[in-house]
Amino acid sequence: MSNLTMTVNGKTVSGSVEGRTLLVEFIRNDLHLTGTHVGCDTSQCGACAIHVDGKLVKACTMFALEANGAEVSTIEGQANGDGSLNVIQQAFKDHHGLQCGFCTPGMVMAAAALLKTNPKPSELEIREHLEGNICRCTGYHNIVKAILAASGQDVSSIAAE
Amino acid sequence: MYNFEFKQPKTISDAVNALESDEAQALGGGQTLIPTMKQRLASPSTLVSLTAIPEMKGICKNDDGSISIGGGTTHADVASHSDIFSGLKTLAENIGDAAVRNRGTIGGSLANNDPAACYPAAALSAGATIVTNNREISADDFFQGMFDTALEEDEIIVSVKFPNPSSSSYQKFVQPASRFAMVGVFLSNFGNKTRVAVTGASEGGVFRWSEAEAALNKNFSDDSIIDLSIDHKDMIEDIHASKEYRAHLVKVMTKRAVASAS
Repeated sequence: MSNLTMTVNGKTVSGSVEGRTLLVEFIRNDLHLTGTHVGCDTSQCGACAIHVDGKLVKACTMFALEANGAEVSTIEGQANGDGSLNVIQQAFKDHHGLQCGFCTPGMVMAAAALLKTNPKPSELEIREHLEGNICRCTGYHNIVKAILAASGQDVSSIAAE
Repeated sequence: MYNFEFKQPKTISDAVNALESDEAQALGGGQTLIPTMKQRLASPSTLVSLTAIPEMKGICKNDDGSISIGGGTTHADVASHSDIFSGLKTLAENIGDAAVRNRGTIGGSLANNDPAACYPAAALSAGATIVTNNREISADDFFQGMFDTALEEDEIIVSVKFPNPSSSSYQKFVQPASRFAMVGVFLSNFGNKTRVAVTGASEGGVFRWSEAEAALNKNFSDDSIIDLSIDHKDMIEDIHASKEYRAHLVKVMTKRAVASAS
């Protein structure tokens, strides 16, 4: 077992893990932050997407020890300070960007990463950015719409209306 | 996952020392190796992470115009760097997905030499030099077949030096589920010399299509490719594409690369 310390959603946390402990296992099992989901555990579905040092990563495809000293953000840290939904979360609610909700934490984290570097993405850019996030309910359409809306853009003319 | 000893050296020399133990394996960004270990297709007893070695990260332009990319540099950092030539930028920004590109590294991709990986085509086409902890290997000597390279057991890709072609293009026909290249063609044009490297197609891994290069050296036009054909007998065949289809795609992707780089 090795010790590690990292900042998760602004709080310093420590733990002791094996080499094989995945970052998502540390977050869910040790920190009990179960908003980060494990859908496939094969790096394909994106339900475990979080930010490490500001960058979108799949927490099932990184070892916890590799995040030693890092700044980690998960879905639990996305809401506003007063507990209300942030603009991306609110847009997912307003535009019905989820049905079962399993993929949603990853979708929201992916969207947050996109809007940070590209505040006004095109529909195509959003769809390309979501290539590593799989949703089996919505057909993606309302997710794309929600992200467009969260970026302050008109959503009336998006494809497949 | 089965357990193993995890090491995270801070310097190249410490990493090389750690790799000297039996059944030790270097870990780049882990976007291939971690899923492979979960399936027990790889089971090193010691894993030596290369992600905490600052001297292996970053991109710089050399005095001779070439570009050196640290072996631990992620695809996302290659895609967003202003000194990267267009074909290589396109290649890096289309590997996997956004999250994979934030972890996966150029050194990891080249060392693994997956027959459908993108980076080997760029390195071979541009005539890159693979710089390890103890020597420099030209791309022509580096790739030795599917998942096989000239690297020794305890050798690490410290950086990759790319000549800067006057024009370049990477054309990838993606396998629609995995997004790996069903066939990918990287073309580098150095004015009087063109190099064409193909990934995804051959049982032998990445290769140069010398007939296309000869034709393009005479006349750099997609018309030069029309009458060529490539033997399909060594092509990969799987549920996604037959040998003949892959051979055909090599020609189509090469024509697109020429048109795009013209």
